[in-house]
Amino acid sequence: MRRVYMDHTAGMPVDECVLEAMMPYFTQNYGNPSSIHSFGNEARRAIDEARSKVAELIGAEKKEEIVFTSGGTEGNNLAIKGVAYRNKDKGNHIITSSIEHMSVINTCKHLSKQGFKVTYLPVDKYGIVDIEALKKEITDNTILVSVMYANGEIGTIEPVREIGEIAHSKGAFFHVDAVAAAGQIPIDSQDENIDLLSLSSNDMYGPRGVGALYRKAGTRILPIIHGGGQERGLRSGTENLPGIVGMGNAAEIAKAEMKTEAERLSKLRDEFIKGILDSIPESYLNGHPTMRLPNNVNVRFSYIEGESLILSLDMEGVACSSGSACTSKTLEPSHALLAIGLAHEEAHGSLLFTLGKQNTEEDIKYVLGLLPNIVKRLRAISPLTPKELVN
Amino acid sequence: MYTEKVMEHFRNPRNMGEIPDADGVGTVGNPVCGDLMTIYIKVKDNKIADIKFKTFGCGAAIATSSMITELAKGKTLEEALKITRGNVAESLGGLPPIKMHCSNLAADGLHAAIEDYLKKREAEK
Repeated sequence: MRRVYMDHTAGMPVDECVLEAMMPYFTQNYGNPSSIHSFGNEARRAIDEARSKVAELIGAEKKEEIVFTSGGTEGNNLAIKGVAYRNKDKGNHIITSSIEHMSVINTCKHLSKQGFKVTYLPVDKYGIVDIEALKKEITDNTILVSVMYANGEIGTIEPVREIGEIAHSKGAFFHVDAVAAAGQIPIDSQDENIDLLSLSSNDMYGPRGVGALYRKAGTRILPIIHGGGQERGLRSGTENLPGIVGMGNAAEIAKAEMKTEAERLSKLRDEFIKGILDSIPESYLNGHPTMRLPNNVNVRFSYIEGESLILSLDMEGVACSSGSACTSKTLEPSHALLAIGLAHEEAHGSLLFTLGKQNTEEDIKYVLGLLPNIVKRLRAISPLTPKELVN
Repeated sequence: MYTEKVMEHFRNPRNMGEIPDADGVGTVGNPVCGDLMTIYIKVKDNKIADIKFKTFGCGAAIATSSMITELAKGKTLEEALKITRGNVAESLGGLPPIKMHCSNLAADGLHAAIEDYLKKREAEK
């Protein structure tokens, strides 16, 4: 059976070249970068090189502004808690949005139990953060604004430059969760007024268990993991040498391939969206039609539920996700879908395809050939479907 | 995640559809929560002569609906009322713990359909 993987937001394969670059760092160059001897020097050089490559991907001024972490979740925790704890003397107000990743939302919830005040900005029906609300809510007491570069679930790209400008006008730091965007679309941290930016290696075809936080020089944060003082004291723990080498390599490849790959994926994405909306009645696009990540297709179908859609596609070899409550650990539908104004039953019927390097036009045609019949079958089973849609 | 049996019922649901002149109809669940099912029964000589279902929901919701129709068909009303959520899950070789509560509504749906039938019969007397 043909197998088509369209769940790249959940997990990506490691690029073969990346894996090859990592291999010597397991068995040959295994020194600890903190050591004085030549083994240590080799490891340190490899990490410095990876740091430069990550810095180049996101337009950092200096490689020293990159702190390696264990992934996107740690980066978001370090940025938000780090700013909050370090700048308590300045204020206790944090502004974020209602469609952030759970590692941002739950970190903010944690801080609100410790005396910090958190404002969650609303978004419009496409998922764009309400700039007027930000201007209204921000005060001299605001120490941090945290808004994602793009939402990995509905694909919407946020106006980060403008948000950063507003944050800075009140002296607040600006953190951006760029896990979903990095490697797919160009990011220029300096030009886009970004002080802190979280990255994940696996979201750009690097290995899991490694990520990075960009911290612009002069941004005051405290570490959240204490120990031997690695990563300039901001992230203790012996460096994940092969992982960091892999992430550096992945960043380099992403930068080199970005333009052509984004163009290719955007074309496939638009063809896929059009194909679904044209062939299936009462199907709708979630997220912004144009301000959208190149790999993101999020649609919803009335009268049916997402998990049964996933199972049906899985039986035909197609892997994807849904924002339905039935596919979440909390039994709540996706907070991003609710934030753009969907009713619970609409969110249940959503389906998320995230494309990747190995997806082809044939894959899109294959799924487009299956989906109308799957939707039809499930609608025939559903008591909610109007009669005229069944026949 | 699901047993082979659950997937088999999801793939080939038994007794799916409506009974236009049903003797009893039971609807349970709520689309807001993601699961809604309607069970239709036809009763003859105090037995469930025919049973059909329609379900909006996840794989477990569809499979349990299908399974309850197999378990209930041909049973007396008293026997059918004794079928529990546990029996349905067991017949499917088990359900993931998270699905035991929200999607395992079929027994409730069957009981609601039987109660509807009994109420209607009471009203006719």
